[in-house]
Parts: sequence; C-alpha cells; structure tokens
Amino acid sequence: MNSSNHPTLPLTSFWNDTGKCGVSAWVFSTDHKRIGLLYLYSVLISFLVAVLIGLLLKIELMAPGRTIMGPVTYNALFTVHGVLMIFLFIIPGFPGVFGNLVMPIQIGASDVAFPRLNLLSWWLYITGALTIVLSLFTGGGPPDTGWTFYVPFSVRTGTNVSLAVIGVFIVGFSSILTGINFVTTIHRLRADGMAWGRLPLFVWSIYATAWIQILATPVLGITLLLVVAERLLGTGLFDPSRGGDPIMFQHLFWIYSHPAVYIMILPGMGIVSEIFPVFARKPIFGYKMIAFSSLAIAGAGSLVWAHHMFTSGISDMAVLVFSFLTFVVAIPSAIKVFNWVSTLYKGSISLEAPMLFALSFIMLFSIGGLTGLVQGAAATNIHIHDTQFVVGHFHYVIFGGAGFAFFSAMHYWLPKFFGRTYSEKPAMISWGLMFAGFNLTYFPMIILGMKGMPRRYYDYLPEFAPLNLISTIGSWILAAGLAIMMINLFMGLLKGRPFGSNPWGGATLEWTTPSPPPTENFDEEPVVTHGPYDFNRAGVP
Amino acid sequence: MDPIIQTTNQAVDPVFKFIIGICILLFIVISTVMLVFTFRYHRSRSPKPTSVADGNIWLEILWTFIPTLLVMAMFYYGWAGYLALRNVPGNALEVTATARMWSWSFSYPNAKTSRKMYVPAGRPILVNLVSQDVIHGFYIPAFRVKRDVVPGMKNHVWFIAPQKGSYDLFCSVYCGTEHSKMLATVEAVSEQEFNDWLNQVESHHEKISGRKLLETLGCLGCHSLDGTAGVGPTFKGLWGSKQIVLTNGKERSVIVDEEYVRRSILDPKADIVKGYQPIMPVNSDLRENEIEELVEFIQEIGGHSK
Ligand code: HEC
Ligand code: HEM
Ligand SMILES: [Cu+2]
Ligand SMILES: [Cu+2]
Repeated sequence: MNSSNHPTLPLTSFWNDTGKCGVSAWVFSTDHKRIGLLYLYSVLISFLVAVLIGLLLKIELMAPGRTIMGPVTYNALFTVHGVLMIFLFIIPGFPGVFGNLVMPIQIGASDVAFPRLNLLSWWLYITGALTIVLSLFTGGGPPDTGWTFYVPFSVRTGTNVSLAVIGVFIVGFSSILTGINFVTTIHRLRADGMAWGRLPLFVWSIYATAWIQILATPVLGITLLLVVAERLLGTGLFDPSRGGDPIMFQHLFWIYSHPAVYIMILPGMGIVSEIFPVFARKPIFGYKMIAFSSLAIAGAGSLVWAHHMFTSGISDMAVLVFSFLTFVVAIPSAIKVFNWVSTLYKGSISLEAPMLFALSFIMLFSIGGLTGLVQGAAATNIHIHDTQFVVGHFHYVIFGGAGFAFFSAMHYWLPKFFGRTYSEKPAMISWGLMFAGFNLTYFPMIILGMKGMPRRYYDYLPEFAPLNLISTIGSWILAAGLAIMMINLFMGLLKGRPFGSNPWGGATLEWTTPSPPPTENFDEEPVVTHGPYDFNRAGVP
Repeated sequence: MDPIIQTTNQAVDPVFKFIIGICILLFIVISTVMLVFTFRYHRSRSPKPTSVADGNIWLEILWTFIPTLLVMAMFYYGWAGYLALRNVPGNALEVTATARMWSWSFSYPNAKTSRKMYVPAGRPILVNLVSQDVIHGFYIPAFRVKRDVVPGMKNHVWFIAPQKGSYDLFCSVYCGTEHSKMLATVEAVSEQEFNDWLNQVESHHEKISGRKLLETLGCLGCHSLDGTAGVGPTFKGLWGSKQIVLTNGKERSVIVDEEYVRRSILDPKADIVKGYQPIMPVNSDLRENEIEELVEFIQEIGGHSK
C-alpha cells in the first residue's frame, strides 16, 4: 500500500528473541505463533497432497471409461481426498493456523490460556495425521468408503477403515482441546478495555467455532469408535439382521458433521469481516448483527443434521422439521452477506490481493449458499441428493467460501508473522486464474447433477461427457493459479521486501505490534480505547 | 392429494423453477450491487470514505424480513412437492427392486423376475426397495425420484413414466468398486405390451451368456478372468483346482466342482476361501438358468491344466 516509509525488519522477534531456533525449539514451543506456523505447514502439506489427488480424480473423469486408473483406485483416492481436505486441512486449518496466530494478539493477550495444551493439540493433530497416512499403506490398503464412512459398507469392506478412523478420532481430540483453549482464552485473557462489543469479528467467529468444536466433536469420536467396534468385535449395533440400525449411524455422523461445516465456514466469514472494513476504510456495517449471526449459525446449525438424509427413509415428519430448520439457518448467512456488501457503500476501496479474495468469497459463497437452498427444499433435494450437484455445491462453500477466505487471510496476515511480503502482481494473476478456473471446474458439476449424474462415480454415461471435460480443463487452470499463488506467497514471505507494522492500515491490535511480533506480542500490556474498525480513533490514515 | 399432479415430474419441476429463479435473481442483485460499489467507490474515484455509517436498524429489519419470507415460501413449496412424492396413488402397480453389489433385479406380483424394469407407461408404479447387502440408492433422474435401499428397512418410491421409452436407473448411494456400473434400464411400454411381457413364460432365447451375466451381476468387480488377484479369487484356472477353505471356522481342502461353485454363489458364507474376507454378497435372487450359465462359464474358462 504505502511503501514510501521504507519499513525495515525489527532486530528481534519471536523468530529469534528467545535465542532458541532449532527444530526442537519449534516442535516443542508453546508460543502460539510458532504453533500457528507449525499448523500452517502441516495443513498446507495435507492440502497440497489432497489437491494433487483431486486433479488425478478430475483427469480420470475427463472422458468416460478408464482414463488413468481403475475403479478401486478411484474410490480410494476420492476417500483420501475427502478425508485429507476435511479432517486435516479445513477443520483444523482456521483455528489451528489463524486462530493461533492472530486471535491472542487481537484480544491483546500474550498467549492462549493453556499454552502447553495448545502444543499437545498440535501433537495430537500430527499423531492423527500420521495414523491416517499409515492406514493408506498397511492392512487392506487405503479406505474406500468416502469420507462419510457409511455403514454397513464401511464394516464390510476389506480396506483399512479401522486405522483411518482411529486417526480421525485422534485428530478430533486435537480439535476439542483447541476449542476449550480458545473459549477460555477469549473469556479470560482479553486486554483492559477489550469489552465484548469491541472484539474483532474474527475473534467472535473463532469463539462460535470453538463452542462447536467442544460440543459436536465428541459425538464424532464416539461414532467412529462404534465403527471400529463393529468391525473388530462384530457388535451388530448397525446391523439390522441383529437388531441394529444403519440409519442410526447416519444420524450420529451428521450430528457432528453438519456443525463441522460451520467449523469450516464461520472463521472464513470472520476473516472477510476483518478485511472488508480495512480495505474499504470504513467501519463494518452491522457489527452486532454479524457477531450475533455467528452465534445464531453455530446454535441453529446444530439442529439441521438430518437434511443429509431426506432420501434415507427417515419419517416424513422428520423431513418437514429438518427442511424447515435448514431454511431458518439460511437467514443469518444472508444477513451477513448484506452487511458485508453495505460496508463497501461510500467507502474508499483498494483492490489488493486480500480484498480480491474476500470479494470473490462473497460471490462463490453466495453460489454455495443459494445452491444450498435448492437442497434444503424437500422436493428438489430428492432429485439432486447424492449427485454431482452436491459435489459442486460443497466445493463452492468450502473451497470457494472457506478456502478463498483462507487464501485471503494468508495474504493479509502471514506477512505480519514473517516480516516480509509477496509481490502484488503475481498475486493478482494467481487470483484471476483461480477464480476463473474454480468456476469452470465446479459450475459444470452443478449442471451435471441437475442432469442426474450421481456422485462418487468412477465412470459415466456418454451424455455427461462434454461437461466433465470442461470441468477437468477448469481444474488445470485452477491448479495453475494455486501453484503461482503458493510460490509467490512463500518466496515473498521468505525473501520479499520488508513489511511494516501496519501497511494495510488496520485498526485491530495485531497492527500495533511490530512485524514480526516479539514472543510476548506486546512490549507493554495494551489498553483498548476504541472499537476494532474505528480507523479515526486508531489514528490510521 | 392434488388431483392436478399426475406425474412425479410435475410435483418437482415447478419447485425447481421457483427456487432456482429466486436464487438467480438474488445472486444477480448481490453481485451487481457489490461490483457497482467496488467500481464506484474504488480509491481512484473515492479517495476518502464519505460515510462512517456502521449500521442501520431499518435496513437490518428489512433484510432479515425479506429473506425470511422468501425462504419460508421455498420451504413450503418444497414440502408440498415432497408430499406428492410420498403419496402413492391407489391404483399403482407393485414392483420389488432388489439391489445388491452391484446389480439390480426386479420382481413382479406374479413372481416373474427381470434384469430390466418393464413398466406400463402412464400407470403409477410403486417400487418396494430391498437390499441384500449394503445401502444402495434407487434413482431415476428422468422422473426425479430417489430413495435409499437400506438393508432391513422397508422403503418405497413411486413414479409414472409419462411416455414410452427407455430411462436410466442409477445407484445413487456409494456401494463399492462397481458403484458406477450399477445401472439398469426402465423400459416403459404400452399397457398391452407390458401384459404380454408379464405373462410370457420364460423363453429360452432370453438366455444371457455366462460372461455377460458376470458383468451385469457385478461379479467382475471382485473376481477377474485373467488371473489377476482382486478382492476375491480369480476364476481363471479355478475349476478342478484344490482350494483351502474355512468352513464354520475350520480349515479343509476341497476340489472345485459344480457343487462347490454352486454353493459358493448361493451361500457364499458357507465356505470362505482362505486369505479372503467374507464379503461376497448373497445371490438369492438368481434364477436357476442363470446359475447354470454361471457355473458353465466358470468351468469353461477354468480348464485347469496340470
Ligand atoms: C464384493 C465382492 C464380490 C462379489 C460382487 C462377488 N464375489 Fe464371489 N467371492 C468374493 C470373495 C471375497 C470370495 C472369497 C471368499 C469366499 O469364499 O467367500 C469369493 C468367492 C467366490 C467363489 C469361490 C471361489 C474360490 O476360489 O473358491 C465363487 C465361485 C464366486 N465367488 C462366484 C461369484 C459370482 C458368480 C459372483 C456374481 C454373482 C460373485 N462371486 C460376486 C467376493 C465377491
Ligand atoms: C483443485 C482442487 C480440487 C479438486 C480438483 C477437487 C476435485 C474433487 C473431485 C473430482 C471429487 C470427487 C467427486 C466424485 O466422484 O464424487 C471431490 C470430492 C470431494 N472434495 Fe474436492 N477437489 C478440490 C478441492 C477440494 C477442497 C479445497 C476441499 C475441502 C476443503 C474438497 C473437499 C472434497 C470432499 C469432502 C469431497 C467428497 C469426497 C467423498 O465423496 O467422500 N475438495 N473433489
Ligand atoms: Cu448439513
Ligand atoms: Cu451404489
């Protein structure tokens, strides 16, 4: 933005001010910033591996019939793709990376409430991730159940479901501990003057997310253990010939996994709520409504799980109730979108990389949300459930929505922690490629689903071929954009020009510390005297 | 029930039009406003913000109220259409669809069974859904109907084929290796043709070759014909060979003959080949002539040469 004041790197920061820099000083560090960066590297590795797998899936689907792999491989790969993306990238990603890096500084704390528990969370994450990786190469080979592990298939298949599921169970524990840590931190460690009404909206969203992590994840843990018990001990809990019920598994699974969708998207919404005011130089429109709607989404979102099961055979009464509640949850999301757009009105907007990603978040998330309405209505759900429509829809929400918000946050906040920044031009080019490639990849899937092509299909009828080909070509453009973005970002963070303490002109506390911040975050305890988007009183131009 | 609704398409398609119409409208409004603001208030045109407004209670009420109305309308139409999908017309013809990994079979009130689903066009069809193994999904996109086929659960679905023709039937719930090959055809014919077909005694030229059967029944998803190992043992060289099997948990060795192959197909759990998982689906819906064909074919390609 304003490079005339030639920022220089501070001599000391959390990278070196403790004097400990070796590998063990990182993997055993209790500093929330170091842990945040450990999470960053680990979730990005999972993400990139899963992207490569996604590209292979798309190549296979380029034309009908066998292209590069057989059905057994395809089924294993879409399962691994889903598991990595959901359990190892997007769920731990926001709390683990930006929750850790930014949230404590934004509330004026020097660390989270339980720093050692925080470290344990990362270790549990790594243990779980390695267990999942191990499951791919041992026993009956990679699981082929889909990321949903539906019984009875997951009980019957000879692949290594048990170990994979135990890995997910361990990652779940990491998530629960992070949730507990963050709720406590936000309640107890706010700086003087940081009233609830002055909390940055990103903190609000992390707070709502943390509650879901605490309350919903245990249900997933138990459900997955039951699958292991069913496989190893033959308990028959889900086996109808022995008095069990396979539909019960689906209820238990979605009681966690629908709220988990909000673990994925709420922090993304929080990030957009930070970026819009800063790049429009205007206070956020409807602060209270946005904060409140995060809580409303977290609360009401816990009551809609069975909308994944309208065709399963649940009662018509259940369909009525869950369809109704699904539409109720749509309202707070809509309110957020209107408030974000209004923030732009009469602002002074600068279109740098974080803002471009945030603006495209609005469009992609809107498509995701609106296609969600088509699925929430009972009659239309029946036709598109379990089709490519759903695959298109959730990529719009979690990749176009949450994913783009993640990239936005990477461009916005990572320079703060590295003290150096990337070049703007390649960032713009990569954004353009990704936005175009994204729509080219996933919009055809929405149409394919309307035409009736089911999901998790290794092969398809010739009538679906043209749209699948377009989608595959789109995925290459998307991948090219992603590659440019990652290379530009990390080259810049490591070698780029220095990044001052507040080049974006933000009014939240992280912009009052040097870039990179010292281990203690603040030289003296901050006292908060104004709201998070009060640029005038923060004294930024 | 609404007497105007004659087919399942008519119950669903107007709901699609209504919801997608509103969605497109909302999307256009949101993105246009956003893009116009971004252009108009770009820093080059608007160097300083000209407002510090941080909220407006009337706007908040307005844009809470309008979406609430819209989504409630969507909910209502969606629900009404769904009810039509659930209310089976009284005069429906009953067919039972049996799903297993990875094939469909259809049986009719007179006990006739078929691999294709023949239905009279214009008449409501009530399909009872039975699964022999895992969860499958009965999905005919052309009629907008779908219902999961859950083991141990009585599920049903109904539709009308408005016109004569062939329609695709997919398995919509992921069920393993050959999930995407678990297709069948719905053959809608005239009432007259249907009755002729239904009452026709099994004729011999309806016979399908053993090779084709292995394919349509999904056997080849687990068994290979060329000696490569899969989820199940290969059929190549099987006939006449010596197999170590577990019977009731006890190991014994058998020579593969007609009796053994028959038992393996009809009651896979009886003898489990050593080193394999007991995951082969039961095949209780096979007809006698189909079993003969299968056994014959396995014998043919299995010519065990010593
Ligand atoms: C889900 C995978 C699967 C499918 C589908 C399947 N099988 Fe099998 N089959 C197996 C497995 C695993 C075994 C070995 C374990 C056992 O004996 O049950 C087996 C064993 C057999 C055997 C005994 C082979 C031997 O080496 O002794 C025969 C014969 C057989 N299957 C025939 C068929 C036929 C015919 C079909 C199609 C109607 C079929 N199978 C479908 C998995 C499958
Ligand atoms: C370049 C990036 C990506 C590509 C090319 C891609 C492609 C695909 C494809 C082809 C499928 C399988 C569709 C099917 O056969 O049913 C799939 C499934 C899936 N994807 Fe992606 N994807 C990408 C990124 C993502 C991201 C960022 C996420 C989440 C954060 C994600 C989450 C999922 C999930 C959860 C599934 C479902 C897996 C299942 O059915 O069990 N994907 N993706
Ligand atoms: Cu859901
Ligand atoms: Cu299937």
